[in-house]
This record gives sequence, C-alpha cells and structure tokens, in this order.
Amino acid sequence: MGEKQLFKGNEAIAEAAIRAGCRYYFGYPITPQNEIPEYMSRRMPKIGGVFLQAESEIAAINMVFGAGGSGVRAMTTTSSPGMSLMQEGISYLAGAEIPCVIVNVVRGGPGLGGIQPAQSDYFQATKGGGHGDYHCLVLGPSTLQELVEFVFLAFDLADKYRNPVIILTDGVMGQMMEPVEFPPEVDILKLSPKEWATTGAKGRKKIILKSLYLDPLELENHNLHLQEKYNSMQEEIKWEEMNTKDCDLLLVAYGTAARVSKKAIEVAKEKNLSLGIFRPITLYPFPYVQLKEVVKKGKVKKILVVEMNMGQMIEDVKLAIEGLVPVEFYGRTGGVMPVVDEIIEKAESMLKVNTLKGVM
Amino acid sequence: MANIKKEKDKDKEKEIKTLEDVVTHYCPGCGHGIVHRLVADAIDRLGIREKTIGIAPIGCSVLIYNYLNVDFQEVPHGRAPAAATGIKRAQPDKVVFTYQGDGDLASIGTAEIVHAANRGENITTIFINNAIYGMTGGQMAPTTLLDQKTTTSPYGRNSTSAGFPLKVCELLSSLDGVAYLERVSVSSPKNVVKAKRVIKHAFEVQLANKGFSLVEVLSQCPMNWRMSPIDSVKWVDDVMSKTFPLKKFKDTERVRS
Repeated sequence: MGEKQLFKGNEAIAEAAIRAGCRYYFGYPITPQNEIPEYMSRRMPKIGGVFLQAESEIAAINMVFGAGGSGVRAMTTTSSPGMSLMQEGISYLAGAEIPCVIVNVVRGGPGLGGIQPAQSDYFQATKGGGHGDYHCLVLGPSTLQELVEFVFLAFDLADKYRNPVIILTDGVMGQMMEPVEFPPEVDILKLSPKEWATTGAKGRKKIILKSLYLDPLELENHNLHLQEKYNSMQEEIKWEEMNTKDCDLLLVAYGTAARVSKKAIEVAKEKNLSLGIFRPITLYPFPYVQLKEVVKKGKVKKILVVEMNMGQMIEDVKLAIEGLVPVEFYGRTGGVMPVVDEIIEKAESMLKVNTLKGVM
Repeated sequence: MANIKKEKDKDKEKEIKTLEDVVTHYCPGCGHGIVHRLVADAIDRLGIREKTIGIAPIGCSVLIYNYLNVDFQEVPHGRAPAAATGIKRAQPDKVVFTYQGDGDLASIGTAEIVHAANRGENITTIFINNAIYGMTGGQMAPTTLLDQKTTTSPYGRNSTSAGFPLKVCELLSSLDGVAYLERVSVSSPKNVVKAKRVIKHAFEVQLANKGFSLVEVLSQCPMNWRMSPIDSVKWVDDVMSKTFPLKKFKDTERVRS
C-alpha cells in the first residue's frame, strides 16, 4: 500500500481502475458519476490508454463487449437510468462470458427519478437485470477505501470467472471525500493471457464469442455451465459483522445505509439498546448462510433491514432467515437519507413491543 | 520447373481458406451466400485472415461465423459498430469488420452506425440491404420500398404512416469521418464481379488507415419477396436500384493522422 491520499469517490474509482490495469474506458455522461469519465479523459491519453465518450450507454456497454472480448481490462461507469440502458449488453456479456467491470453510482428512480443517492437498483444488479438466466458478481462497498480495493478485486474476479462484475455504489460515495490508500499497481504485462479472446485466428482455430445456441439442448447445457460457475462464486462471499453475538436487534444494511446504521449502534448504546449489524459486502452472491448462522448462534430477537429504497435487499434477508425471527424494514427513498434518530426510533419501537409481549 | 510449380501448388493447398466448406442454411436464391464468398475472397486476396475479426449481426446472417474462418464476436441487434469500435480501439493492428442487414444497421442500430462512421472508426461495414426482415419472416424494413408489400405492410408501404425507404449511403455521405462509401448489387455476374472489387477495396481503405468504409449491397430475398430467384434478381435491377442507385458516394485519399 502507498500513502494515504484524499480523494473524491468518483475520482478514486477512476484512478483505482487505471492502477488495476484498465486502459479502455467507454462511458456516457450522467450525474452523479461525471467525474469518472472526466478523470479518464484527462488520464488515459497520457498513459497510452483509450477514453471514448460513447453516443449512448447502449453503445458504451457494447464497446466494452468488443474490448473485453479482445482480452483487455475494459470498464464503463454510469448511474441508474444509464444502467437500465446497459442491461441488454450485460445479458450478452454474461451469455458470451466476457469479463468487464461496470460501476453503477446509483441515484433515485424510477424513470428519470432524481440525482440524489439511493439504493433502488439492488434488484436490477443482483437478480440479473436483463433477460435470461444469468448473474453478475455484485460488490457493495461502504467506505472509499473499500471502493478502491473493490475496483482491483472487480477486475480480478471478472477475469477469474469470465463474467461482468458490478460495483453497486451511490451518489454519497461518488461525491464524498475520504483518505484512501491504493493497492500496488497491477503490471498489465504480468496478467495471465486470455486464450479465449478474439485476437485473430493465427496458428489456432477461429474463436467465436457468442450467446446464440439455436439447439435447445445446447442452450440448456450452456445455462447449466453458467449456473455451475455462479455456484462456484460462493467462495467469494464477503460480509462484515459488528456486535452480532450479544445484540437483541440485528441491523442488516449495505453500502451507505450501513454507514448510517453503524453510527446508530453507537448512539443506541447510550440508550441501553443492544444493536448489532450484519453488512453484506458481496450482494451477489449474497451471504445467506452466514447471516442465518449469526441469528442462530446469537440472541437476536428481531431483524431490522435498513435500505435507501422501499425494501429490496429485505427479500434476500428473509430468504436467509427462513422465518427464524421477525424481519422488519426501515428505508428512505428518492434520494432522502435514513438518519440515525429514525433508525433508533424504529429499533426502540421494535424492542418495546417485544418486551411488552414478554411481560404479558 | 514442373517440380517447383507442384511445390507451389502444395503450399497453396495447405493455406487455410477463409470460406468454410459447410452446407448453407440460406434459402435458395438468397444473396447472403454470394456476399459471404466475396468477403472471404477479399480476406484471402489481402492475406489478412489471421488478423481479421468479424462482428456477426442479429438477423439471417448471424450465422456468418459458421461460414468464414476468422475470429468472430456475435453482439446485440444493431450494436455491431459499437462492438467493432471496442475491438479496433483495443487491437488497432487488426482488421475489424461488421456484417449487418438493413434491420440491424438501418433501424435498431442507426445511432451506432452513424456515430461509428462520424468518428471515422477505422473499420469496414458490409451492409446487406434486401428491403425486408428476412429471419423474422418478411416484415417491413426501414429500406422497404414505397408500395412494397410485406407481412407488416400488407397493403404496401405507405409513406404517410410508415415513412420512406432509408438511404444509408446518402445519409452517411455527409459525414466527415467516412472514407469510403459505395453501393453495389449481386444481381448478375457483372454486378458480382464489381461487388467483389468494391468489397476488397473497402478492406484496403481500412488497411491504409483511412477511416470508416462501408459497402451497401442490394441483395435479393426471393423467399420473403414471394418471388422466384430469377424474378428477384430482375426486381433488384428494375425496381430496387431505382430507389437505391448503384454508385460510389465517397472514396477519400486522406489518411488519418
């Protein structure tokens, strides 16, 4: 690790990508992630890389397809409405097994929505998003340090699994500043060669990167192969626990919502409320087993899922818990942030009901 | 002398040809097979098979990767010029071409072709205009002629409700990034010979780093035109070529810096 530098989230993403060996960036302007293409447009020409402002997010993701299929580390970044436009391309990337990194700096929706931070693209990112049976690996950082490390990790995972990797972050993370330390720079020449890439059929058979399988059995086999790959991603699962062994109420939150939730735990202590947090870091694959274990081993009475949306990750939490304890939700949406007091108020009401029941 | 000649012939035999020896899936009388052969021939003559990457479109010719022995990427409908841009930017020393039909290029992919052309991407596009959606069963295409009957213009294309045939070469000819534009047909042996020369030239333009090159090929689709193969080539000559005149639109001498 180098020295600590103060960085804005969006610019940290761009710098991290370059240091992780990305020399091909394709993007289209959209708030609140514009600092990424702007940074790339300044830096890429100086280091022999390619910055291209595409005519649309649709074109950008297909340029990533072409470059990723050429075997290089390629990336695009966008925000929610742009991410919707990229879904077609992402489905084809997943089908043709082409690695790439996509950052979604999420803003409130639906439709044009607003430009303030939100977590309302959780379903889209973790459940496929486009058509067909596929998944992207999804990482949900909650500090800028994690964000830069995950950009490196995302490129490694994309190459390892030949699969698109999404970093799901939001306008808070994109716009805030924090000190970060960049991991050691990746030597592009030392990356393992991609023998599956379309580089010209010289001294070998032709390579076809495709997602078309007209024979149903062939397509089923392709899907079984993809499914096997998604299952093998289980070993990448990451999560964080805080005060999970002794808490009465377990908060489950990711990204920016987890930052607020952690603060709520501290403040709750002063009120003699025992709160803990389980923070999923990989959102796909989701830490189902790990979350259930925490609830089984501890003395958690209830779970409160905190999100910056109307309740999306809560569905995965319920799947993980399998009815062991009640699961409730607190969320703000449209770009409004949940605040500590609101979380504590909700926690208090949940625990109070529990106590009363105990007395009766 | 005879021995030397024999050796040379042997070398030629060993040389891998671009056109694969496989059974065609195209309908009888279809123009795609002819154009595939012309593209393969251009690649062989220029000796670029080992450094060529093709982009397959969505449509009848998505299976072009079965017929040409070069690397291929198959990409979403209409997005071939964007993917080709990604490949060419990552591998500027390679030869990159897209092969697209009229639905792919002139309808759903209009933005991608216009902007790739306008950026002067150093790629080659082979554009097959058969005035119809072939693979989906003969629906109206952006290039369908006025009064032409299709399964979605059963009373003939009416300009009031369905607009006019989109003239791609005319449209692109105003863009500064375009280096070479020509419209040909494969309706007769004479026209095929011409198309062969033109397609090869389009690749030469890319090899000379001149920028974007596109060849529009008027191609017959007897099956969906509900015509015999003989009538369909006549229709290309007598009717289609009137709306889409065969000519060279642009051939620049300028080389990109």
